[in-house]
Amino acid sequence: MTDQIKLTPPLDDEDVSRLNAGDRVLLSGTIYTGRDAAHQRIVQALQTGGEPPFPLEGAVIFYVGPSPAPPGRVIGAAGPTTSYRMDAYAPTLIAHGLKAMIGKGKRNAEVKRAMRGHKAVYLAAIGGAGALMARCIEEAEVIAYPELGPEAVRRLKVKDMPLIVVNDVTGGDLYEQGRQAYQRT
Amino acid sequence: MAAIQEAVAGLCGPSCLDLPADVEASLAAAQQKERSPVGREVLERLLENAAIARDENLPICQDCGLAVVYVDLGADVHLTGGDLYQAINAGVRQGYEEAYLRKSVCHPFTRQNTGDNTPAVVHLRLVPGDRVRLVLVPKGGGSENMSRVFLLTPAVGRKGVKQKIIETLEAAGPNPCPPNILGVAVGGTFDDAAVRAKRVLLREIGSTNPDPEAAELEQELMEDLNKLGTGPAGLGGDTTCLAVFVDIKPCHIASLPLAVNVQCHAARHKEVVL
Ligand code: SF4
Repeated sequence: MTDQIKLTPPLDDEDVSRLNAGDRVLLSGTIYTGRDAAHQRIVQALQTGGEPPFPLEGAVIFYVGPSPAPPGRVIGAAGPTTSYRMDAYAPTLIAHGLKAMIGKGKRNAEVKRAMRGHKAVYLAAIGGAGALMARCIEEAEVIAYPELGPEAVRRLKVKDMPLIVVNDVTGGDLYEQGRQAYQRT
Repeated sequence: MAAIQEAVAGLCGPSCLDLPADVEASLAAAQQKERSPVGREVLERLLENAAIARDENLPICQDCGLAVVYVDLGADVHLTGGDLYQAINAGVRQGYEEAYLRKSVCHPFTRQNTGDNTPAVVHLRLVPGDRVRLVLVPKGGGSENMSRVFLLTPAVGRKGVKQKIIETLEAAGPNPCPPNILGVAVGGTFDDAAVRAKRVLLREIGSTNPDPEAAELEQELMEDLNKLGTGPAGLGGDTTCLAVFVDIKPCHIASLPLAVNVQCHAARHKEVVL
């Protein structure tokens, strides 16, 4: 088993270039949340010359719509949502400097091409482990689109969030490699 | 009706916070057998997650689902005081708010959130007796999106049905949070197959199907599906599927309907009998 690589955003080309599919990552620092509706709005803003709700350069986005924070907590359960629904928007964000996406599930060819071309990575969190992941989140604040409820954009401060590299900048794909290693016919 | 509302409200929190014992046991059993180290670690994390959810009163998964409510209404029961569907929705509204569950229901086009997780999907069945059984299933979107209905050509037969089921889960890959549970319905009609494929998901993992033909298919499918290599969280491994539940029923001479409802490892449901 590989050592865990510590990452702290904002990330640059060098930070992401040393990551390989299958590497374990512990992410700490500031990241942003966004899913379907937020992506639609961010891309719309970028295309009409508007400002995105957070600086995209070097940013890490977490595809999550957390459950409401019970009293005394900063956030509810917060595991990843399925990423392919963001595929239509991800290349635009990557072209504007996004360096890492956190989610679950396969990405399409265009997103993978954008990751190779602009040096960005796709990290998987364990789908359905929302209570466990909430433990890594120290602060959460809605910074845009509050009317979207669970889909609003939040700024999160995370500590040692355990992730695994699925797609790296060279085209490595853990979902493919993992499946092939254990496929039996 | 007030009793129905209260009962439904009372099911929302526990269903999202407390992973059923059979699911937990099957994750633990899979963890012992899994060859992939990453797969074993994922399964261990899922068990840890279930324990944290219970201890800290947090949902197992942030997707607290669309509420699917099964009502088995005893024929001798006379419900008074309003509309059953309204009472169920009122219960969902109340329960999701009180237990800090995520509201995940929106308009299909505008995507505007309804704000209270209603409307629920209700399946009402009239049964003998003087009781009302309510089962609440918070159905997550990730696994639901990977579900499929096929109207196959009868010529493809049993083999073709198996192939479609396997293709469905293979194509889903990591998306529906494997390890998964499959609800499969063969026969009936387009609509009936989909409803049955979801209802069979209420079966207990490890229970034997009383229909020997379906039981045999379940066993064959389990072996084939766990050869796919998808594994826990789709990161590679032997544990792709925890259970397959099959329901077979006659169909039109021209048809061969097949519905596959994909359920994630967060296979949540709670029931109450009034
Ligand atoms: S598929 Fe299931 S476990 Fe995964 S995010 Fe959706 S509800 Fe949660």
